[in-house]
Amino acid sequence: MADGNGKPKTELLDQLEKGPWPSFVKEIKLACETSDAPKDLLGQLELSYKEKVGHWKHGGLVGVLGYGGGVIGRYSDLAEKFPKIAHFHTMRINQPAGWFYTSEALRTICDIWEKHGSGLTNMHGSTGDIVLLGTTTDQLEPTFQELARAGFDLGGSGSCMRTPSACVGQARCEWACYDTMKLCYDVTMNYQDELHRPAFPYKFKVKCAGCPNDCVASIARADMSVIGTWKDDIQIDDGEVTKYAAAGLDIQKEVCGLCPSKCMDWNGKKLTIANHECVRCMHCINVMTKALRPGKEKGAVILLGSKAPIMQGALLSSVLVPFVPAEELFDTLKELIGRIWEFWDEYGNNRERVGELIQRVGLPAFLDGIGLDPAPEMVTAPRDNPYIFFQAEKGGNQ
Amino acid sequence: MSTTAQPRLTDVGPPSYDKFLPPVVKKNYGKWKYHENLAPGVLCHVAESGDRLYTVRAASPRLASIQTLRLFAALADKYSGGHLRFTSRNNVEFLLTDKTKIEPLKKELAEAGFPVGGTNNAISNIVHTQGWVHCHSAATDASGIVKCVMDALCDRFTHENLPAKLRIALACCLNMCGAVHCSDISILGIHRVPPKIKHDILPKVCEVPTLISSCPTGAIRPKTVDGKNSVEVIEEQCMYCGNCYTVCPAMPLADAENDGLSIWVGGKVSNARSTPKFSKLAIPFLPNNPPRWPEVVNAVTNIVDVYAKNAHKHERVGEWIERIGWPRFFQLTGIEFTRYHLDDFKHAGLTYARSAQIRF
Repeated sequence: MADGNGKPKTELLDQLEKGPWPSFVKEIKLACETSDAPKDLLGQLELSYKEKVGHWKHGGLVGVLGYGGGVIGRYSDLAEKFPKIAHFHTMRINQPAGWFYTSEALRTICDIWEKHGSGLTNMHGSTGDIVLLGTTTDQLEPTFQELARAGFDLGGSGSCMRTPSACVGQARCEWACYDTMKLCYDVTMNYQDELHRPAFPYKFKVKCAGCPNDCVASIARADMSVIGTWKDDIQIDDGEVTKYAAAGLDIQKEVCGLCPSKCMDWNGKKLTIANHECVRCMHCINVMTKALRPGKEKGAVILLGSKAPIMQGALLSSVLVPFVPAEELFDTLKELIGRIWEFWDEYGNNRERVGELIQRVGLPAFLDGIGLDPAPEMVTAPRDNPYIFFQAEKGGNQ
Repeated sequence: MSTTAQPRLTDVGPPSYDKFLPPVVKKNYGKWKYHENLAPGVLCHVAESGDRLYTVRAASPRLASIQTLRLFAALADKYSGGHLRFTSRNNVEFLLTDKTKIEPLKKELAEAGFPVGGTNNAISNIVHTQGWVHCHSAATDASGIVKCVMDALCDRFTHENLPAKLRIALACCLNMCGAVHCSDISILGIHRVPPKIKHDILPKVCEVPTLISSCPTGAIRPKTVDGKNSVEVIEEQCMYCGNCYTVCPAMPLADAENDGLSIWVGGKVSNARSTPKFSKLAIPFLPNNPPRWPEVVNAVTNIVDVYAKNAHKHERVGEWIERIGWPRFFQLTGIEFTRYHLDDFKHAGLTYARSAQIRF
């Protein structure tokens, strides 16, 4: 089965080395230079390609002392045939906010992983962590300690505060309405205990997006989505607007015509915006990057509850607080998170995400529970059914 | 290096991002004025100060060896003062201040097999999951399909010739670690047969009440088998989500012949123009056909081509379909509309056509 180097024959996988897109098979073969585990990984994967089924067993409880997460146990169900991947655990490493690295930091991670693991990574996993893919149980603690000395820590897994993530924000983007990377870092550091020691009904994710373009998909992938927006008027540079028109941009059709709230008017010379009708969607700003910018009174809208389908169906986050000024975000978030976790801890079922809890108990009861007043921004429309559960009023009218 | 003599460290948290920012970013943090797209995969951000930051974006395979990461590090040393970052879609970005280094860097990336692109109206990298490479509940391989689909769509990554941006995601089971539920095109691994219960090990490895409550449709009931506590599955109520397997290893449902892929379209997360939306079912089932998954590749490229030809400028896939209507989408793509496209889960009626507005 194997060639001279101990690499297995991989007739099916070899076909994935062809073509213009970077090949993960090439990557696994490269990793064979520094570890034997990828050889067995190739062998098992080739078998999966032949048989059309996976060969990984359910994860067991493995980890490092004092942490309840950050390591995903993984075992081969063909351990005798592929002993080098009998244990092949994943370590999630909390990424630096915005996924910025120096070459030195990247090499440090590589060196540690060459010494202790398979040499395979994901840059990055779905939640945002650096994913170190494949090591044995005895290597978890040494890897963890060497990473810690290099300034890195494990990320979250299981029913905990998951590793928060952020878009590039003010580091490179003119649209960022708050400092996403700082908020992400501050939240991460503030909740280290909750991140490493799962104590919740289920997972809780926070994602920080600087503007409504939402480059970190926070509205679809975070229990708490913090999306930058602004309150005052879009900043217009009339000179640049004229230049766009002169350069051939059909402002009426491509900008005003696609505005969802139809709040823009172009008379062939001047662009005017009815800002109180603008929904801050970003389309016009995306199209005319030099001429239009978000306003100056910046902050974020906080939305709650998104998740993938399992188990009561997928949810998008919905509005909880329509606007929080940028400078108050971190404190407001801490206050809200505390109240939400308290309610969730009390009323949430095992493996029930916050969004599903709200669906089950209803938004009014949830708002009562966390002490927030209802606001019309929270809904697309008021209810359209008459099944109202009136509460007894203090005056006793019922 | 021995760590035994040193105190054990915990809860140090991630390194602060400001240790890794290029000087031009530190200087102009929060003071960027506008950006331009110089070429596919090349962005120029201009600061209030007049400073310019050039970003060169290249595809990564996401599953990357330390050898490749060291190559990226070496390229960063050579071209961008040792500074690089990754995007939320697994691309690698080099952050340059010297414009003359853009072309040599692009050339080296191309020679090393990393296409430059993924910006603006291009297809960016596919967000995806682990698949058979590293997951126990996968109904398919993730990296393999992504490789095949992007081989076919690579020109759409390196050219910005679509009506709008197009985001593809792949998840290898309904857990959707890849959160494919809001993508222009989603490829979703699915099982199609109920779990095969291992009654012999179930009482030892699973908690029966947790297992029963894990089923979204209430299809799992307690049952005594050979005198031991176990469960039974009401097969007509099972939609093969695999949530029971997540909580109980005695409920495996991988099946070589019946596992496969479904294709979903029209989702988005951006608020631009229309509000964020879920992806909707386009194709209920395609076979697992490794190593090149031709059925999946053809299905995705067909949808991309039909969209590219028919959508208006700035229209995302979902916005285009809303304008032309779903009947026309199925007609243009040649995809068959079946009973599986009709929702029959909770709140199903919300997707039934509740008006007499019909396009002919």
